[in-house]
Amino acid sequence: MTAPTRPPHLTEPRGLRIALIVVALGFLALFLGLPLSVVFIEALARGWEVYVAAITEPDALSAIRLTLIIAAIALPLNLLFGVAAAWSITRFQFRGKQVLLTLIDLPFSVSPIVAGLVFVLLFGSQGWLGEFLQAHDLKIVYAVPGILLATLFVTFPFIARELIPLMEAQGSEEEQAALTLGASGWQIFRRVTLPNIRWALAYGAILANARAMGEFGAVSVVSGHIRGLTNTMTLHVEILYNEYQFAASFAVASLLALLAILTLVVKHLIEWQGKRSIESAGQSYPVAVHAARPAMA
Amino acid sequence: MSLAFSSKVLSGRRATGRRRPGVLPGFGLGTGYAVFYLSLLVLIPLTTLPLKTLELGWGGFWSVVLDPRVVASYKLSFGAALAAAGVNAVFGLIVAWVLVRYTFPGRKLVDALIDLPFALPTAVAGIALTALYARNGWLGGPLETLFGLKVAFTPLGIVVALIFIGTPFVVRSVQPVLEDLEQEFEEAAASLGATRWATVRRVILPAIFPSLLTGFALAFARGVGEYGSVVFIAGNMPMISEITPLLILSRLEQYDYAGAAAIATVMLGLSFVLLLIINALQAWQGHDKRRSA
Repeated sequence: MTAPTRPPHLTEPRGLRIALIVVALGFLALFLGLPLSVVFIEALARGWEVYVAAITEPDALSAIRLTLIIAAIALPLNLLFGVAAAWSITRFQFRGKQVLLTLIDLPFSVSPIVAGLVFVLLFGSQGWLGEFLQAHDLKIVYAVPGILLATLFVTFPFIARELIPLMEAQGSEEEQAALTLGASGWQIFRRVTLPNIRWALAYGAILANARAMGEFGAVSVVSGHIRGLTNTMTLHVEILYNEYQFAASFAVASLLALLAILTLVVKHLIEWQGKRSIESAGQSYPVAVHAARPAMA
Repeated sequence: MSLAFSSKVLSGRRATGRRRPGVLPGFGLGTGYAVFYLSLLVLIPLTTLPLKTLELGWGGFWSVVLDPRVVASYKLSFGAALAAAGVNAVFGLIVAWVLVRYTFPGRKLVDALIDLPFALPTAVAGIALTALYARNGWLGGPLETLFGLKVAFTPLGIVVALIFIGTPFVVRSVQPVLEDLEQEFEEAAASLGATRWATVRRVILPAIFPSLLTGFALAFARGVGEYGSVVFIAGNMPMISEITPLLILSRLEQYDYAGAAAIATVMLGLSFVLLLIINALQAWQGHDKRRSA
């Protein structure tokens, strides 16, 4: 990672280097730095009291609670899917594997609005299952289950996307060795695979979590915007903003911005840890297996 | 667990006639669960789009998706995404170059900041950008008085929001390729008498071009469907600054489910095409890498 100082014939003239650094930093300051700082400045524009009041009023608290609940349910489901999909794709040869891979990528290129729309078409009052749901007094769209489904739709690829390239690169020799030594499927996964993928797993989980807590478009289609009931934090930000309660809106937004900063910090730590564990594990697999064990105990 | 066990017996212990997917256990469980989950969450819901669209009939479909207001929104969504991805390609390349090749104070912090658009909720980005570029904002005021340039509530604002959203794609695509580039190629070029500019243009740029194109395509694909960061800054005026996702939403709010589904089907089709192009680009990149290794 540390850029070595290059000999003069392999780098650009000093003036050009400085100019490029200035351009790059200027671009990032303008498009990333300024928007991030403006969130906090606007949030505190009317003082601490307004800030605290905005994030402790009942509607804000219920939005925070709903966002946390959704994220808490989505995370284990995403983990399970990510591991299952990555195991299937990287450890086996089968027909339709490419189709499976493409489907996993799909939510990244589908508009969040379309992601929300499909659940309205399925479960809404005019939807396929609308009559059935109404007859049994079940509510999915414009209620919490719909928000969960939309969130799952946009977040499920993250963990699989982190695991697949890593597990592909690692190959399955270690697992095969464990199998010949008589390990059961669960033992192989817990003792061999999991220690090898834990950093990628954590990395995918933190990205999926950030998206789950911050999703806006898909959730806004299925939520119905009922204050205190189906409002997530991002939707609460929107409602306050549209009511011209800018300081309050930015106050809630600042919590989400803090979450984003926290995500970046944790992500950075995971990258650093992951790199270190790869370096310390060495490359021959018995060493890696043994090195991984104490950490699992 | 019983599924995993039986598939282990099938694949590992007993010699069956048909081709086995692999020797490790868990094929049935893993693949079965993944396919089941995907069908429930993605495939079945997505089939509602074309099926709901069918209700309109052929003529109805075309009159919805070729309505002038809808066509204007495609032009805007695709045009703005294209412009933003172009800006991202140029500046993303410079940022990746500077981060990989040069040292300066705060480099690691800047490197970590690149992923901000992945972590910051789009709605937060949207209101922050609007506050910055509105007439009374830090940037909106000076831009209007000095250059007569209006950003917020115009198509230009949409481009600004999409530049924000697309920044990490190009940087994160180009960065690893640039890091892996062997110094020997540049040594060889320099020893053969190439100027620095010729080395950059004819040795380095061709090597990183596929990754640059991939980053561009990813930023473009994301920009076309983007909603959260755009709605606040766009102004949402029909024919001028109304993006396609917003149009889908407004059809839905008017209970025009079939119309919403028709426009969404068009967008979904275009997403598929973009996805295929991105996959092809990534395959090309992998191919190049293998060949040069």
